[in-house]
Amino acid sequence: MTSMPMVRRGRARLVLRNTAVGWSFLLPNFAGFAALTLVPVALLFYYAFTSWNVFGGAEWTGLDNFRQLSHDHSFRTALTNTVYYTVFHIPLTLVAALGLALLLNRKLRGVAFFRTVAFFPYITSIVALAQVWNMLFSPSYGPINQFLRAIGIAHPPGWTTSADWSMPAVIVVGTWREAGYYMLLFLAGLQTIPTQLYEAARVDGANAWQRLLAVTLPGLRPTTFFVVVMLTIGSFKVFDLILVMTNGGPGQSTLVVSQYIYQKGFVENQFGYASAISIVLFAICFVVTVVQFLINRRGSES
Amino acid sequence: MTILLQPPSLEIPIEPARPPQRGRTKRLLGYAVLIVAAAAILLPFYWMLISSLKANNDVYTIPVKWLPNPVVWKNYVDIWHKADMTTWLKNTLILSFAVTFLQVLTGSFAAYGFAKVRFPGRRVLFLAYLGTIAVPWQSYMIPQFILFSKLHLSDTLWSIVALQAFGAFGVFLMKQYYETIPDELLDAARIDGMSEYGIWRRIMLPLSVPAIASLSLLTLVTTWNDYLGPLIYLRSHSIWTIQIGLKTFVNSYNAEYSLIMTGSVLSVLPIAVIFLLGQRYFVEGIATTGLKG
Repeated sequence: MTSMPMVRRGRARLVLRNTAVGWSFLLPNFAGFAALTLVPVALLFYYAFTSWNVFGGAEWTGLDNFRQLSHDHSFRTALTNTVYYTVFHIPLTLVAALGLALLLNRKLRGVAFFRTVAFFPYITSIVALAQVWNMLFSPSYGPINQFLRAIGIAHPPGWTTSADWSMPAVIVVGTWREAGYYMLLFLAGLQTIPTQLYEAARVDGANAWQRLLAVTLPGLRPTTFFVVVMLTIGSFKVFDLILVMTNGGPGQSTLVVSQYIYQKGFVENQFGYASAISIVLFAICFVVTVVQFLINRRGSES
Repeated sequence: MTILLQPPSLEIPIEPARPPQRGRTKRLLGYAVLIVAAAAILLPFYWMLISSLKANNDVYTIPVKWLPNPVVWKNYVDIWHKADMTTWLKNTLILSFAVTFLQVLTGSFAAYGFAKVRFPGRRVLFLAYLGTIAVPWQSYMIPQFILFSKLHLSDTLWSIVALQAFGAFGVFLMKQYYETIPDELLDAARIDGMSEYGIWRRIMLPLSVPAIASLSLLTLVTTWNDYLGPLIYLRSHSIWTIQIGLKTFVNSYNAEYSLIMTGSVLSVLPIAVIFLLGQRYFVEGIATTGLKG
């Protein structure tokens, strides 16, 4: 009887001690993280409802920014372009990454070298890559159009100089750059599929295509989910690639949401309005992630 | 012990044997596709390299000259006079190492708290960390800029350190690795009277060298390549990094094609060397953090 409260007090002290120790470990990182990331995220939700610009303070204006946003043609263009990029970039990268991963997930000589090659674009700076690609895409003398003319296309596209073709050019570079990264995720996912499943499928007489559909793809489900979420967020926030490659042009043909935030905030100093656009970007990423999460959960239950 | 401490491996499992004839054609086909893919991936880099060694007039020719003739090594001398490469490289180096050091130090420290110390609220807190990985930086760069300006950080190198050093990514990667290290080992050390800080310093750090290597290399490369941070925060020329410097050089000398490519090669080269030396750690770092989907 007498030992019970003692034990409890001892436990309480242990919890207290652990909490103190735990926080002491977290603090150096958490202090920086909270002050430099969490606080700005919280402030965003205040600034978005103010008229803050370079001339005055942050005056509360309620939903005015969002009302203005709904009539803003440039914003609509930016949103459409972002969706355009997303709709093509996700499936193209997904197929390229999965294809490369399946190809490299075999006992071929030199797979390690190919893996290195495929991943390399992802870790090279966007500024350098954008310069090279802009030169490769150069309409009259660039190697890409020379190649297209050689195979019989008399009037190849103007790529980054043409309003119709600048977005496809950006999508090509975005896919080329990121496929290697997602390939690594798929390769790691492929290791988790038990080889017995393949053997069983082979015993059942399944051919390569059937094995892909019945074993590989279901086995990659968690990886694919993660990749699609990352790709979606990555596509909606696409920014530096476009900034250095086309700067949104020609005209507004490659203007995307992130760049519009930058323009309103840092070029025109309309902090309140830019924050409102930021909220829209944030909300899109949040909703898309939640929806994909729900779909994934329902799918894995059935 | 050592088996348990191995990070997730990316070894390719051997497929069971098949009839040799079909296997050979399939393998040849596989190689053919791989070679085409590798060529497509590497071509831009090759073009960058040969153009950096050409005379400016030889960059755009019909047909394309696939080998520089004559080889103009002088580009690699001229770029140092025409552009402030020394300053840019120096600043980028300082930033890359400062950020990497802080990220590894604070990240592994916090990861120990999350992975190995039981206390109420740590799950919620960790979710807050994870959640911000999904929040695009582009959506809070404006309030962050205002905050940094009020803290008098903008237009100093400190702004980039503050921007990059406390990321959630490092905490996440290190925590994933620490969780593979068995608790029994720590309990043994605790019984021997070692403090938690001692355990972190003398047991966890030495055991997590591969994870530290992954995190260091990934952080180093991210900081080296960052363009948006310097674009927003670094206004004075004396604190420019290589990326922002190179972009400005491109804007002011937009017809000096070969020199632009020379600058590009110089900005990519250090990363290429680091990548080739430590590619195993890059791959493992990506696999550890990516797998937890």
